[in-house]
Amino acid sequence: MKHLLTTVGLDAAAIAGLLDVADHMSEINSRQVPKVPALRGRTVASVFFEDSTRTRLSFETAAKRLSADTMTFSVSTSSVNKGESLRDTIETLSAMGVDAFVVRHKSSGVPAAVTQWTDAAVINAGDGWHQHPTQALLDAFTITRSFGDGNSMSGRRVAIIGDIKHSRVARSNMDVFVKLGAEVTVVAPSTLLPPGGLPAGVLSAHGIDDVVGSCDVLYMLRMQRERMDSALVPELGEYSARFGLDAARAARLPAHALVMHPGPMNRGVEMLVDPSTLPGSRILAQVTNGVAVRMAVLFTILGGAATGLSQGDA
Amino acid sequence: MTVASKKRLVVKGGTVVNPGSVAAADVLIVDGVVTEVGPGLDGDEVLDAAGCHVSSGFVDLHTHLREPGREEAETIETGSRAAAIGGYTAVVAMPNTDPAQDSVMVVEFVREQGRRAGLVDVHPAGCITVGRAGAALAPYAALAGAGVRLFTDDGNGVQDPLLMRRALEYARDLGVTLAQHCEVARLTEGAVMHEGSCCSNMGVPGWPSVAEELMLHRDIELVRLTGAPMHFLHLSTAGSVELVRRAKADGLPVTAEVAPHHLALDHDLLAGWDPVFKVNPPLRTREDIAALKAGIADGTIDAVATDHAPHAAHTKELPLDQAPPGMLGLETALGVLVTAVNPDPRRLCELMSWNPARIAGISDTHGRPVAPGEPANIAVWNAAEVWTVSRDALASRSTNTPYHGMELRGRNIHTIHNGRTVVKNGKALA
Repeated sequence: MKHLLTTVGLDAAAIAGLLDVADHMSEINSRQVPKVPALRGRTVASVFFEDSTRTRLSFETAAKRLSADTMTFSVSTSSVNKGESLRDTIETLSAMGVDAFVVRHKSSGVPAAVTQWTDAAVINAGDGWHQHPTQALLDAFTITRSFGDGNSMSGRRVAIIGDIKHSRVARSNMDVFVKLGAEVTVVAPSTLLPPGGLPAGVLSAHGIDDVVGSCDVLYMLRMQRERMDSALVPELGEYSARFGLDAARAARLPAHALVMHPGPMNRGVEMLVDPSTLPGSRILAQVTNGVAVRMAVLFTILGGAATGLSQGDA
Repeated sequence: MTVASKKRLVVKGGTVVNPGSVAAADVLIVDGVVTEVGPGLDGDEVLDAAGCHVSSGFVDLHTHLREPGREEAETIETGSRAAAIGGYTAVVAMPNTDPAQDSVMVVEFVREQGRRAGLVDVHPAGCITVGRAGAALAPYAALAGAGVRLFTDDGNGVQDPLLMRRALEYARDLGVTLAQHCEVARLTEGAVMHEGSCCSNMGVPGWPSVAEELMLHRDIELVRLTGAPMHFLHLSTAGSVELVRRAKADGLPVTAEVAPHHLALDHDLLAGWDPVFKVNPPLRTREDIAALKAGIADGTIDAVATDHAPHAAHTKELPLDQAPPGMLGLETALGVLVTAVNPDPRRLCELMSWNPARIAGISDTHGRPVAPGEPANIAVWNAAEVWTVSRDALASRSTNTPYHGMELRGRNIHTIHNGRTVVKNGKALA
C-alpha cells in the first residue's frame, strides 16, 4: 500500500490486515510507555487545509508513538493565505523531506491530486464529501472488537443516521462495512441522500424509528446547521423529531447495540440524550481506537519490515 | 503581370465536397476566389490533396478566444492559429471576455485583432445582457450595426423569463439570432460534474440534466410565442435532443449544436479527479452520448461547435471543485467527430461548415460551395489519417486538451483563408 486515498481500493483482506496491525498498536498504547521506534527517522507532515483539531491530533499522536518526526501545516498560519497554490505548498514541503503527507481538505479529490506532486505517501484525512478512510477503519475496528467478531461484520445490522449526501464518513463507512459483511441501512430524508443512488448492498429508511429497535449499531452523523439554509430540511426541530436519538428511542435499542458518532456531536440536534448514560456508547472508544488505527496505517505504509513493534521506548 | 495578386493556387488531387456532389477535382484559386474546379489544373503554388476531402472551411459557432482579459490563457492570434490548424476559416468569438463584448468598442477590438492575426475570420458574438449579468438588454441595434449577428451570454444562461422574452422580441426586429446557454443556475450551484452515480461516489455536487432541459423547454416555448429564431449552445443530454426534435417537428425556428467532447467522453472520466475533464455543461452518460449521436444522424442537431475554452495551467491544477470548467477543442474537433461519429463527408460539412455559417449569419463568405466565383475559404482534410494528440504540440496558448495521448482518426491538412494558404501540411504558416 503506497497511499491511503479511499477505502474503495481496499478489499476485505486488506482491511482485515490493517485491523490486525491495529490490535498490535492497541497493545502498545496500553503499555506504561506507549512508544516504539518503528518509524524513527521518518517524517510525517500533517497538511490540514481545513480545520480539524481532533483528526490532526490523532494522526500526530499516532506518528509520535511510532517515533516519527512530525510537522504540521495548517492553512490559518501558512502561505496559502498569501495565495500559494496547493501544488506549490506540496512541492515546497516535499523538498524539506517528507515521507508521508496526511491531508485534509474541504475539496473532494485533493489527496488524490497531491500524489502527482510528491513521491511521498499520501494519507487522506478527510476530503470534502468524498472519503475519510481512517474513520471507517477505526469504526470497523471498534465494532468488530466490541462484538468479538474477529475481522467480520457478517450479519451485523448497522444503521447510519443523518446527512449521508454530504458526509465523507458515510461514504467510507458504507464501503468498508458492506465489504466486511454488514447489512447497512442509511436513514435520512431523500434530500440528504446522494442523488445518484447508494452503493450496492446499502438500504435506506426515512426515519430513525424504522431501525432503532433492530440494529446492532446505531451510527449517528453530525447534522450541520447550514443544511437548513439550502432547503434540505425544513428546520432543526423537525430533523431532531425524525432522526434524533432521544431517551425514548435509546430505550428501544437492543441491549447489545452500540451507539457511535464520529464527532463533533451536535447535542440537542442529532443527539438528544447524553451518550455517556448509554451503556452501548462507543464514542470515546472510537477516539481511542483512532490512534491505534492511524498507527497501523502509518506503520503499514511507511514501516517496511515489522521492526521495533515489540521493543520498549525508543 | 501583377505577380503577387495573380498567383495561381491549386489544390490538387482531392475529392471536392459540395451539397450536390462529392467528386474528384482540382481547385484553382486566384485572387481570393475559386476560379475553376476540374481535372488537371496547375498553378504557381500547389497543395497536395491526395487522399483528402476539399470543402468549404469549417465555421466554429463557439470559440472562447479569451482576449481581451485573459490573455494568459489564449489570445485572438493564438486561438486563430489553433482554429486554422483545425480547418476553420471563421470562428464566432464568445462574449465572456473582460470587458464583455456588450459594446461596439469591444466588438470592434476583437474583430480588428482577428484581422491583424489574419488566419481566420473572427466574428464576435454580442451579449444578450449588459455585462452578461442577466439584468438589462445589451444594445442589439448598435451591435448589429457593427456586424454582430449572434448574441449570447454564454457561460451564463439568461435566468429571467421576462427578460428572455423581451430579448427575443427585440432581436426579431433586427434579424439577429439569440443563442442560449441552457442552465437553470439555481439547480447547478457549486456543480462540478454530471449528477449521477459517479458524482455520488466521488462526493461532489452534481449538475443535473434537468437544469439544461428546463431552460431549453422554456425557451422553445418563448420561440413559439415570439416567432424569433433561437440557437441552443452545447446541448448535452438525451432529454435536450428530444425537446429540439419536437420543436423542429412543430416547425419552430430553432437550431442546436453539440460539442465534440459530449460525443466522445463520459462522466466516468472524472473519477481520476483530473480537472481537464471538467467542462460546462458537464460530460454526461453513455446514454446521453448515444442520444446526441442519434440527433446528429436524424438532423435534430445542426452543428458541431467546439466550445474551445482555454485555461492557464495553474487554474487547472486547482482542486476539481475550484478549477474552471472548459477544454480545448479547435485542433481536435474534426478528429473527434470522425472518430466518434464518422459522418459521411457531406454530413460532416453540414455540421462543421454549411449549417454553422448559416446560423452565424456569415453564409455570404463561409460555408459556400467550392465552385467558380466563390470566396476561397477552404479546408483540406483527411478523414482516414490517424494521429496522436499531444498537448505539447498544440497551437493554443493553453494545454487543457482532454485528448492528450489519445489516437484520433481524421485531421485537417491544409487551410486556405481568403485565398491564402494559412496552414500547410498541418503547420500554420504565420
